[in-house]
Amino acid sequence: MNTQDVTTLHSQKNPGPLVWVKSGEPMIWINAAAVSLSVIAVVGLMALLAVRGFSHFWPKDVMLSNVAYQDNVRPILGEVVEEVEVSRQQLLEAGFTLKGSEDFFQRTLLKQGNRDFLGSDFVWLINEQLDAPQYPENVVVIERLEWGNFYGYLKSVTRDGALVADAAEDEAGAWEAFQSVIADTLSVREAIHVIERGDIGRINYAMERLRLEERTLELADALDATAQAALASERAELDAQYKVLQDQLYTLYDSITNHSYSAILADGREVSLPIAKVVRAYQPNGMGIADKLAMYVERLWEFLSDEPREANTEGGIFPAMFGTVMMVILMAIIVTPFGVVAAVYLREYARQGLVTRIIRVAVNNLAGVPSIVYGVFGLGFFVYFLGGELDQLFFPAALPSPTFGTPGLMWASLTLALLTLPVVIVATEEGLARIPKSVREGSLALGATRAETLWRVVLPMATPAMMTGLILAVARAAGEVAPLMLVGVVKLAPSLPLDGNYPFIHLDQKFMHLGFHIYDVGFQSPNVEAARPLVYATALLLVIIIALLNLAAVTLRNRLRERYKSLEA
Amino acid sequence: MQTHAIDIESIRRHPAAETAGPIDNSLQVEGLNLFYDQTSQALFDINLEIPKRRVTAFIGPSGCGKSSLLRCFNRMNDLVDGCRVEGHLRLEGDDIYAPNVDVAGLRRRIGMVFQKPNPFPKSIYENVAYGLRIQGINKKRVLDEVVEKSLRAAALWDEVKDRLNDSALGLSGGQQQRLVIARTVAVEPEVLLLDEPASALDPISTLKIEELIYELKSRYTIVIVTHNMQQAARVSDMTAFMYMGKLIEYDSTDRLFTNPNQKQTEDYITGRYG
Repeated sequence: MNTQDVTTLHSQKNPGPLVWVKSGEPMIWINAAAVSLSVIAVVGLMALLAVRGFSHFWPKDVMLSNVAYQDNVRPILGEVVEEVEVSRQQLLEAGFTLKGSEDFFQRTLLKQGNRDFLGSDFVWLINEQLDAPQYPENVVVIERLEWGNFYGYLKSVTRDGALVADAAEDEAGAWEAFQSVIADTLSVREAIHVIERGDIGRINYAMERLRLEERTLELADALDATAQAALASERAELDAQYKVLQDQLYTLYDSITNHSYSAILADGREVSLPIAKVVRAYQPNGMGIADKLAMYVERLWEFLSDEPREANTEGGIFPAMFGTVMMVILMAIIVTPFGVVAAVYLREYARQGLVTRIIRVAVNNLAGVPSIVYGVFGLGFFVYFLGGELDQLFFPAALPSPTFGTPGLMWASLTLALLTLPVVIVATEEGLARIPKSVREGSLALGATRAETLWRVVLPMATPAMMTGLILAVARAAGEVAPLMLVGVVKLAPSLPLDGNYPFIHLDQKFMHLGFHIYDVGFQSPNVEAARPLVYATALLLVIIIALLNLAAVTLRNRLRERYKSLEA
Repeated sequence: MQTHAIDIESIRRHPAAETAGPIDNSLQVEGLNLFYDQTSQALFDINLEIPKRRVTAFIGPSGCGKSSLLRCFNRMNDLVDGCRVEGHLRLEGDDIYAPNVDVAGLRRRIGMVFQKPNPFPKSIYENVAYGLRIQGINKKRVLDEVVEKSLRAAALWDEVKDRLNDSALGLSGGQQQRLVIARTVAVEPEVLLLDEPASALDPISTLKIEELIYELKSRYTIVIVTHNMQQAARVSDMTAFMYMGKLIEYDSTDRLFTNPNQKQTEDYITGRYG
């Protein structure tokens, strides 16, 4: 090493900023920062949704407090939902008279329930109005089928019109009696539900089929006396079955309508309410952590497995989950073969030239078309044109009421399949292009035709790429709402698109969807405060479902990729 | 023979006399011209006859057209857009480029092994059975028999007999190449085209492939393209030297390497060219 080398080495001891930039270090920091930001954004979003959404199901303590407003003091019961700070100015402008002189006041949103007696379930209170909050153990929260939650004190329980327990004499006994009557009522309601949804649903379905059959015969001029007699006897049979079920239903309804409870509101009013409308009752202030946890799980499960009630602001979202998953699966079933066939043609058979280039550009551009445009297209082409034609051809008996000529599950799936088609085509094409020429030649050299080579070697090797396309398609389709509003989603569907009635999958039915449910509950609901936590919970669930669908597809793809790994190297 | 770099007698593994006998021609090439598009011509007026059950080697510098010529025999060039062939190629007297030829059937008669091992991403068994399954043969008994026979013919049976259902991609490069040979042999072709079959392999694997070529030539007509003149000298009976798309010299390997007629051939094999 000569002296010059030594000096140049030595001079690097004091590197300037330029040297630092050249070393590539800043790039590493920028990359790391970008990755961290993304991770924080995703984790933060999920955490927000989880905390806001899933805390809703925790049975909160119920506060009793005197509210002083002007000269009027009244007791109030309710759950504290949230506290915010508002400025004095804002409150004054809203018409409040304030005692304190601070610049900012704490304000509490209280869920007071009892919509049937108090008018609204939620009330904003300024904390200075609140006096001596307490948490009495005998406060009862009753979840009801109608009118939202009830908050108050249990007074007495009546079974079949006869008083069975009075809280004034035996408080614990009255509570136990109340719970046992509720349990009995719930089991009767379950039986009613089974009959109404299951058996009567089946009979109605059969009746409708008979009606269509009759109409079909009528249209074909084949409705003679024997056919009419046959139909009439079938109808009589169904009517008889229906009669039996209806009698059963009446008996069941009668057995619960005379159960009732009386309770005292916070302001001292005594009210009497039917137990038939009670979902569950609990005393949150007296519950331990274990009891609350059990209640939490129960309510969470209800959310996941039940149908919505009260304009979707109570109950569960199972039909929406089911509809979403079913629509995505149908979409995948439709889009995969179409996309793969199109990609195979473009890559394997079509002469590569100007025309294929134009088609490729067109396909890529199709991926950028706004989804609502697909919705409009789906409504115009699929629903009105194709659906109308199908009705004319195959379901003339049902006309003028449309069978497929109206938005429904099949059209929604088809529209989304169209929307995601470009993704599948592009991904599959790329997969096909990556397959080494040598493997194709190897197959051809053994005397395989092009079709055999494609079918036995090329397509199996392209499956991971197809799965990638499908993953992207599923991710896009599951989150799409705008086009669905036009081609099949409704805020409340009377039944699931999959049931025990032939033909089991009802492609013509309208369905519920989580994305639309979020929109509907959050922004179309008459009771915004009650709906808000459900929006968070539903949003989280939608994200989880999309993640699960993706995870399933990714796992499958990785397994396939493993098999062909060493070839890609 | 001081002028020659290769001492043919010393590197030949087996005495040339072994392959003596009556010689029929398997493949005939007459006035072959190959165009890749309107302007670029890859082969110019090639004439040669390839003897049956002998090993014929094509040598020459890169881009001289030896692989193109090889790929004409099983019509692999059909896959190239705009490729056009003039002249005649005959397999046992049948014109390969006649309009009514069943190309898939032709390729069953003329098997091909490529430079880079290209096993399918299937099991070893399925790789060998592939050609038969294509022909609709799915009987387990028949397939088992053919798979074993072919793997033995490719000197691979002992190495893989316990893991026939493992992926072929798990084999080493040399094993993969022998598997490809087994796969090709399984459909019982008449001719084997080998396109630089050992160029991607290590010396031991190369040796095994060369041994294999020697074993196979008793049953198949073999045409091999190679960059490696020593290899051509070791394995072939006939050698063709090509340069710039033209066939410069075609003769028995012994004569071509020891006493070439053309100056260009001599320059190439003595290493004075490229």
